Amino acid sequence: MSDKIKLTINKQIVEVNPGTTVLKAAKSIGIEIPTLCHMDLCDFEFVNKSASCRVCVVEIEGRRNLAPSCVQKVEEGMVVKTHTPRAIRGRRTSVELLLSNHPQECFTCPKNLDCELQKLADDLNIRDIHYVGEKINYEKDSSSFSIVKDPNKCIMCRRCETMCNEVQTCGILSGVGRGFDVIVAPAFKLPLQDTSCTFCGQCVAVCPTAALTESNRTREVWRALADPTKHVIVQTAPAIRAAIGEEFGMEPGTLVTGEMVSSLRELGFDGVFDTDFAADLTIMEEASELVHRIEHNGTLPILTSCCPAWVKFIEHNYPEMLDIPSSCKSPHIMFGAIAKTYYAEKNNIDPEDMVIVSVMPCVAKKAEAHRPELTNYEDSNVDLVITTREAAAMIKEAGLDLKNMPKTDFDKMMGESSGAGVIFGTTGGVIEAATRTAYEWITGETLEDVEFNDMRGLEGIKSATVNIGDLELKIGIAHGLGNARKLLDSIKSGENEFHAIEIMACPGGCIGGGGQPYHLGDSEILKARQNALYAEDKGKKIRKSHENTEIIKVYKEFLGEPYGEKAHELLHTKYVKREKL
Amino acid sequence: MSIKSLDELMNIRKKHEENVSLRDNDNTSQTKLLVGMATCGIASGARETLNELLKEIKAQGLENVKVVQVGCLGYCHSEPTVEVNIPGQDAILYGPVTVDRVKELVERHIINHEIIEELVINQNFDRA
Amino acid sequence: MSIYRLNIMVCGGTGCMASDSQGIVDNFKDILKEKGYDQEVQVLKTGCFGFCEQGPIIKIHPDNVFYVKVTPEDVEEIVDEHIIKGRRVERLLYEDPDLKEKINEQSDMSFYKPQLRIALRNCGLINPEDIFEYIAYRGYEALGTVLKNQSPEDVINTMIQSNLRGRGGGGFPTGLKWKFANKAPGDEKYIICNADEGDPGAFMDRSILEGDPHSVLEAMAIAGYAIGAETGLIYIRAEYPLAIKRLEIAIDQAKEQGLLGKNIFGSDFNFNIKLKYGAGAFVCGEETALIASTEGLRGEPRNKPPFPATSGFKGKPTNVNNVETLANVAPIILNGPEWFNKIGTEKSNGTKVFALAGAINNVGLVEVPMGTTLREIVYDIGGGIRGGKAFKAVQTGGPSGGVITTKDLDTPIDYDSLQAIGSMMGSGGMIVMDEDTCMVSIAKFYLDFTQEESCGKCTPCRIGTKRIFEYLEKLTEGKATMDDLHNLKELCESVKDTALCGLGQTAPNPVLSTMEYYWDEYVAHVNGHCPTKECKALLSYTIDAEKCIGCTACVKKCPVDCISGERKEPHVIDEAVCIKCGACYDVCPVDAVIKP
Repeated sequence: MSDKIKLTINKQIVEVNPGTTVLKAAKSIGIEIPTLCHMDLCDFEFVNKSASCRVCVVEIEGRRNLAPSCVQKVEEGMVVKTHTPRAIRGRRTSVELLLSNHPQECFTCPKNLDCELQKLADDLNIRDIHYVGEKINYEKDSSSFSIVKDPNKCIMCRRCETMCNEVQTCGILSGVGRGFDVIVAPAFKLPLQDTSCTFCGQCVAVCPTAALTESNRTREVWRALADPTKHVIVQTAPAIRAAIGEEFGMEPGTLVTGEMVSSLRELGFDGVFDTDFAADLTIMEEASELVHRIEHNGTLPILTSCCPAWVKFIEHNYPEMLDIPSSCKSPHIMFGAIAKTYYAEKNNIDPEDMVIVSVMPCVAKKAEAHRPELTNYEDSNVDLVITTREAAAMIKEAGLDLKNMPKTDFDKMMGESSGAGVIFGTTGGVIEAATRTAYEWITGETLEDVEFNDMRGLEGIKSATVNIGDLELKIGIAHGLGNARKLLDSIKSGENEFHAIEIMACPGGCIGGGGQPYHLGDSEILKARQNALYAEDKGKKIRKSHENTEIIKVYKEFLGEPYGEKAHELLHTKYVKREKL
Repeated sequence: MSIKSLDELMNIRKKHEENVSLRDNDNTSQTKLLVGMATCGIASGARETLNELLKEIKAQGLENVKVVQVGCLGYCHSEPTVEVNIPGQDAILYGPVTVDRVKELVERHIINHEIIEELVINQNFDRA
Repeated sequence: MSIYRLNIMVCGGTGCMASDSQGIVDNFKDILKEKGYDQEVQVLKTGCFGFCEQGPIIKIHPDNVFYVKVTPEDVEEIVDEHIIKGRRVERLLYEDPDLKEKINEQSDMSFYKPQLRIALRNCGLINPEDIFEYIAYRGYEALGTVLKNQSPEDVINTMIQSNLRGRGGGGFPTGLKWKFANKAPGDEKYIICNADEGDPGAFMDRSILEGDPHSVLEAMAIAGYAIGAETGLIYIRAEYPLAIKRLEIAIDQAKEQGLLGKNIFGSDFNFNIKLKYGAGAFVCGEETALIASTEGLRGEPRNKPPFPATSGFKGKPTNVNNVETLANVAPIILNGPEWFNKIGTEKSNGTKVFALAGAINNVGLVEVPMGTTLREIVYDIGGGIRGGKAFKAVQTGGPSGGVITTKDLDTPIDYDSLQAIGSMMGSGGMIVMDEDTCMVSIAKFYLDFTQEESCGKCTPCRIGTKRIFEYLEKLTEGKATMDDLHNLKELCESVKDTALCGLGQTAPNPVLSTMEYYWDEYVAHVNGHCPTKECKALLSYTIDAEKCIGCTACVKKCPVDCISGERKEPHVIDEAVCIKCGACYDVCPVDAVIKP
């Protein structure tokens, strides 16, 4: 006696497990019911269940109204019809109504051809909007450096609200107001800049329209490139190379490092460098700090601080714990600091003429670059941050097809990276990289097996113990701010004790960042990107940060000792206590 | 002061039923005593008679007996007048029903249904 | 304790309070004391008598005299004449408009004769701020009996047998609801009383809460026992301060007597009741939105299933009942379900409280057995249409309901019969409309309400009700086309089909219903004409053919050349072209132009 449930969809019989939705059951037999607000990121315990768009409605025999198939659970003997004229009419009305309240500016919209509402209108063959009337009229919120919020394009799908409240537990976004004028916004409809938003950008990552997008800086990059007086260099984060290919139709997780470098060089950058180099730099400093704290009874645990959304999160939510994070700047910022000093000196370039551009998978790094603490000699370490999506758009603007570009290498001096630097892009990667170096520094022995499988995988909170000589190094890893909160609470309560913790604000780590090509809930894409990075790590001869020859050189010739005075001046920072709103 | 049983509730109810007894309107089972309270009635002490009736009815623990004041019943020479309406029986008009005769009225007529001949004014008075 | 010979019950419902019934109470107390009668006469505030048109109302016991339209200034005369001398104050008695005679007793009035007050049994009879008066009329006996002699399953069976259906409008069998909650796994369960009463013009629940709060408390405790809940919550709209005050007093008194709290009636059963205030959102009358609001979240409805009986407040099994439904529970327990079965119709037992309003003579609160016809309510109880005008339609169910026209006036009222003719019972609001009511405007009025009260969660309601309202606005302004009319109908049907909760699903009902019966009025509006002359934008100038002398002065004056007519022939204004400037009116030498 099987305990599956048998139902009929469009005259076909299908058997599924109890608790399955009609939507999923239909999908299992190849019937695609259009959806809009629905989003299922079940690997990250995120299912947007509002069922409010009323696009996925279907006819169910015996039920008075149409039912939303994304939340309707199957029942034994249910008879479902997904595409009757009545269901189609219901679907069409919902989309027509949405379009009647939507700005008609697709041509210049950031999500043109990438918008779920636009696609749906086409799929449902909507060529006329019968219901014309008033539209909501709110001002765009461009108050922050990271995110642009355009309430007029909001379709009240509530994905951003679910993400911000339930996954990231930041609680910034919520439905505000009632009736026709309702939008999703911060409390009191405050601009994002005035809230405790961490700019993690996960709301941007799930928004189906252009209600939430990143702050676009490509114009400024073009301007800099066109300026002959400027020496413009670009660095790319590890997560980019595993994902940018998707913007050019390649399979998720295709490693396109070489093609990416060539494309950027073609755009006109005076130097194309690797943030992974700076990642190795970060490890040098952070592992030093860890060892220093262990040997001198310093504050433990140490928390990694390369994720600016995570830094802002702790500043707002746990201001009393600000002595725990590492004082290290994040890799791309360190790069900028070294570029405007070491690199500039070596190449006889006036740092004032330099423009440092970072291509990041992240929108938080846009705001990070403007932090007043992240300057040296009254100059920002990094000048412009663009996302993976923006970089891909620029490459397309230049008429280049990335997948057909030749593979070339990063430029020298700041282009070499170890495998440890590469894996920074995935959850668990930073701490694995730190462990590889810390191990050898503390024990003085060579680490034979550099792969720590306990630190890999997409589980929300992981822990690992590494035997380093006599020391049992306890490591905690969390990705997604909700998991970060859980981990921090457990440390506060004394439930857990760790030596080192790595936290990444985005589910999956940077590969799932708010600036990456939209994955829209497909965790297979995230896994593929992860695997690409681990593959690149495996393929490298040098897999430990402290063995990176360019790193060794920069210390020898410029910085001196790791964690030394110069290193502190350029590569370390402070944090700010912030209020929670 | 918690009520701990249904019986306790019933006792409390009994106690308070008196307070609301005035509001019962069941004409078919209630005994109604109409007391003439026009100017001459009041002048002859109808108010005291009415109050005494209430007191006596309570003292006797009688249920379902209502005392209603009415205007002039017309028999000014025999004020205070009281008309007794017991369901199923003829209406009897009594007067003068001074305060000292109230107890007798209640005991003999209301309880024992005995007509007090010497106090009767008119035996077959139409029901008010 | 003094033995009172008179009880003066003064209506203390919000309606009469607004007409200074408190002043009546105060004056009685002062004057009686002054004249030395305060030991003999008790003055009490009571609940709503229902005959609101005639308020403020006082009733004097045991005389059983019903005075209407009493003012504080009348009190002295009442004391002098009635209290002291036993003489009725004739001018304050109700006069039957047909018989043209004064009526002493409530039970003789045509307003009251067809009524059967079960939910309103104590309103007007007791002082709602005195628990002992409630007890004197068998209050809390049902709870005591249930706890002493019955199991939770017995109680549920009684309710199922009684066939009591939800009086909030849903009409779902109450006993069945209790059964689901009882069967749901879990030992933390909740009873919630929905006192959010949001329908415009509805005040049934308010009157019960103001006039007989204990009936609700007792019923909640009984429900709690039946499903296994220890906590009751009353979600009451903040706009009912008097009801809130009376509930707070009642809860305190019940606690004092041990009728709420631990070990009620000496049993193992504990039950506590808390109040939660609404914050002005009609949508929070929907049970899942109500639950969300009670949890401190945005008052947005949730998809059902799961139903509150399995997953409600805090995710626990919850039973939500309407105030009037609860007010029926104690009598059913005391009198037995068979007694209830004998009242009403086969599928709808018992009575229903209606708030009669609109173009009717006797505006007020009535309670009638199910099966009473609309005609009886409108004409017998309601006293017919005000001003002798003709009846046009009656709207039931508030913003979720439809209209019922003359042809269905003899429909016996019950859940199913009303639904069959395109309307619904709703919570009990009944608006009567006369010949001068524009049906398009009525639809517009309701949509104005629903589109503002929409929570905004789902597309069809958030945007759909707005668009429907915009269409209706266009119609009343004469700017709509026939295409608009067809699109409007289709939109209404679609919204009804796809909206997430009851608010959106029923918001199109007033439109669909008025369209069905008054399609001609809609078409007239498309043609720029409002048959009842209610829509100001569509009023038009006309020429009285009898008076017109055919001088063509207006023809020459008209800036849009919309007047036609030969010399010496009556002139005619083309309403479709007329811009209502009034120039013709000004120039006519014989006042033949009729201004709208």
